[in-house]
Amino acid sequence: MENTKCECGHNNPVGTILCEYCGKPLDESESSGQPLEMRYEGKARRSQTQNTTWFDRVWNFFSSVKVAVYLILITLLASVLGTLLPQEQYIPSNRPDAYYPQKYGTIGDIYYQLGLHRMYESWWFITLLSMIGISLVVCSLDRVIPLYQALKNQRVEKNISFILRQRIHQTVSTKEKEKESALDKWMKVLQKKGYRVRREGDSLLAEKGRFSRWGPYVIHIGLILFLFGVLLRLLPGWAMDEFVYVREGQIKKIPETPFYVKNVKADIELYDPQEMPQKLEEQTPVVKKYETDTILYEKNASGRLKPVHRDAIVVNQPMEYKGLLLYQADFQPNQAEAIRLGVKDKKTKKKLGSIRIDLYDPKPTYALKNGVTVRILDYFPDFIMDGNRPTTKSENPNRPAFIFEVDSPKLDEPEKSWMIAGTNLDDLNRKNRYTMDLEKIETVNVSGLKFRTEKSLPVILFGGVVAMIGLVMGFFWFHRRVWIRWAEDQLYIGAHTNKNWYGIRRELEQVSKECGLHLSFTPEEGQGNQ
Amino acid sequence: MVHLMEYLLFGTFILYVISSVAFVTAITGKKSRDGEKVHLARWGKRGLFFASAGAVLQVAFTVTRILISGFFPTSNMFEFTAFLCFAIVVAFIVIYFMYRTVTLGAFVMPLAVIMLAYAAVFPREVKPLIPALQSYWLHIHVTTVALGEGALAVGFVAGLIYLIRYVGLDRNSRTATMLEVCMVVVLMFVGFILASFAFGAVGYQASFQHVFEGQTVVQKYDMPPIVAPIDSQALQVQPFLGWRGPLFEAPSWMQGEKAASKFNSVLWSALTGLLLYGVLRLLIRKRVYELLYPMVKHLDLETVDEISYRAIAIGYPIFTLGGLVFAMIWAHEAWGRFWGWDPKETWALITWLFYSAYLHLRLSRGWQGLKSAWMSVGGFIVIMLNLIMINLVIAGLHSYAS
Repeated sequence: MENTKCECGHNNPVGTILCEYCGKPLDESESSGQPLEMRYEGKARRSQTQNTTWFDRVWNFFSSVKVAVYLILITLLASVLGTLLPQEQYIPSNRPDAYYPQKYGTIGDIYYQLGLHRMYESWWFITLLSMIGISLVVCSLDRVIPLYQALKNQRVEKNISFILRQRIHQTVSTKEKEKESALDKWMKVLQKKGYRVRREGDSLLAEKGRFSRWGPYVIHIGLILFLFGVLLRLLPGWAMDEFVYVREGQIKKIPETPFYVKNVKADIELYDPQEMPQKLEEQTPVVKKYETDTILYEKNASGRLKPVHRDAIVVNQPMEYKGLLLYQADFQPNQAEAIRLGVKDKKTKKKLGSIRIDLYDPKPTYALKNGVTVRILDYFPDFIMDGNRPTTKSENPNRPAFIFEVDSPKLDEPEKSWMIAGTNLDDLNRKNRYTMDLEKIETVNVSGLKFRTEKSLPVILFGGVVAMIGLVMGFFWFHRRVWIRWAEDQLYIGAHTNKNWYGIRRELEQVSKECGLHLSFTPEEGQGNQ
Repeated sequence: MVHLMEYLLFGTFILYVISSVAFVTAITGKKSRDGEKVHLARWGKRGLFFASAGAVLQVAFTVTRILISGFFPTSNMFEFTAFLCFAIVVAFIVIYFMYRTVTLGAFVMPLAVIMLAYAAVFPREVKPLIPALQSYWLHIHVTTVALGEGALAVGFVAGLIYLIRYVGLDRNSRTATMLEVCMVVVLMFVGFILASFAFGAVGYQASFQHVFEGQTVVQKYDMPPIVAPIDSQALQVQPFLGWRGPLFEAPSWMQGEKAASKFNSVLWSALTGLLLYGVLRLLIRKRVYELLYPMVKHLDLETVDEISYRAIAIGYPIFTLGGLVFAMIWAHEAWGRFWGWDPKETWALITWLFYSAYLHLRLSRGWQGLKSAWMSVGGFIVIMLNLIMINLVIAGLHSYAS
């Protein structure tokens, strides 16, 4: 395409397909007779005219829809890959290195080794998403500007071959004296159909729904805003996500905030069999509600906790206070909080009393009658044997184990006794004079609360709303244009739409009927169509 | 009340079947006395009437179910699939009024019948809502997703019609072979429904005991075991035609809680589907798409292509709104995050990416006609994978099966 000068005398930039001035196809050799390629009005885009600096090259790479589609498809395939096995956050284990091979064998091991267990946070996946973001910006700019210019400056009078090579076209022989009334009629009827009609000489241009052409670009702006909102989450303090377990009655600090939270009461409610809508065969109880009565405290200048907000948190109804959101995220009913042990003298068979040990905060020694004292030598809240060594798995009293030392004036030297999860180790304790027996386990409900701030959420939501507006603009409306030109006893009619060809054909048939012409705009092949 | 609800559902099913028959009659009955055009119009009208009547009855069913349960029925696999069927019918009626194509009805309505039958395979009793689902977003999010997917499904059907029309009686192209494979897959889907109902009707049961995550569990089968769970012991296996199975054990990576039983159902579906296909081939002595070809041969390819694109263009924004925007808002409220890469969420994104690729290829790279038709089929496969595989095979937050 060396010569870009149209026969109408207009000089077009390289890469132009349809003359910017008269619409004549510039490259006649290419598939003549076929409907015209009307994308971007045949305008040359920046990516087709500039290719010298490195910026141009990058621009041209990202301006390609082909590249965009590849990016979309690669992201798609990668996303599929990430769902083949559960992601790290969904596995019931905090040792992914052991979990994946153990549960899924070699495949699991490969999955873990490749880092697919946290694929969506991986650098290459984020890179893919960023590339899509860049592509969104570049593709849009590369096209929307020439498209806008072309539509803004479009001329009414088009080259006849432009009209005849539209997908919809008709020719009606019209004498010169009938010309005026024919053009007038077409203009009026098209206006009645909601078209904006312009006339220049012996030509008409009728157009409606141009704004739907901006739909795709509005969608892309929405998506860019959305991605921008997601990026903002990386700013310190913009997105916080913390999880804490709080027992009933406990006050806990919320990490990274000046706030403290108290679980006043945590409740679980089950559906009453009476209120079940339908009798079920399996009578497994169904949970109706998880609820935590919560007080939020703020530490003031003097270091004292001041209650600032109180609310009942339910699933689906988070508590909100100054941008901080609290969610009911987990519930563990009846967790041991304290145990009560009865201490007995085996010799006199007399009970010396009982001690209450707070499993979260045991005292070093407990004093009883007759000068008897119980000292805690060692405490393992979540007891486990590591080889020959006793140790604890966590700080939660899931399986509390104690080594006690009981002393009394009646003993020569203190006795040691072992207790694991409320049971005495008889072999070790047999010779002891004093026994300790579990009397009671005090339990509380534990709520798992999630704390969150999400400052960029308005941006993210706004982006979503903009994208939705663009989708509706682009898909539920159509850009229709009709060109009519009278020349040499012929009336040439051509039409183009960006979608819904069936609709414009029917509309034109109605219009021609009202003009008294009864033209068919349906493709001949489809005459037998229902 | 519960009985009324069941009757309404059954009535809906019957009306959809009648509508399918009417539409097929409309485009196949050529020996009508009044001529082809009158015949087509008359039976087309009847088909549309029964489809609409079925949709009205399904609304009545939904209302009854709301009165019983107190919430909009989109909370489990049965309710969602039934609603998806409704959405397909609604999308079809809308598209019908745009393009007046009777042929579309002859393909969409059978799909609606299959969908409703598939829904009925799952437990139908009304269960109260668990806390995570107690939100008005359940109705808004799930119904919007279903309505979007309904339109996308109509796009798929139009794509399929395009392929059948395009391939015609040609047997040698790759398109022809692929199309026939599609037909077999549809038959396997029907096979699953038939097998489920057949074994359900005779009350077939088998159970195996095996170790799952350190605990001994019993896995129940409702189809005769072809495949047993790995390292399992048969507790009870009813003989099926004297055969007691199982033939082999599930591969070692299939270690999900009910993986083997689901795998077994898949094998039965495939077998029943292939059996159906074999019988069909013997009866008609040609390929399945060749059987369907006379129904579509008068259609204009360009129009069918446009119908498919139009349906997708309607479905895509609705799906975006329901499957991504509303989904994020609800996830933010219920789980304290708007996106978590849960399998179901990810597959909604995959569906969206797929249709985005479709639109870009179509609008910017001129993928119309054949390629576009294949893409519409691919999109529906993605939707079905999300519906079936993710809910039943991969357990996630959305897993209705658990």
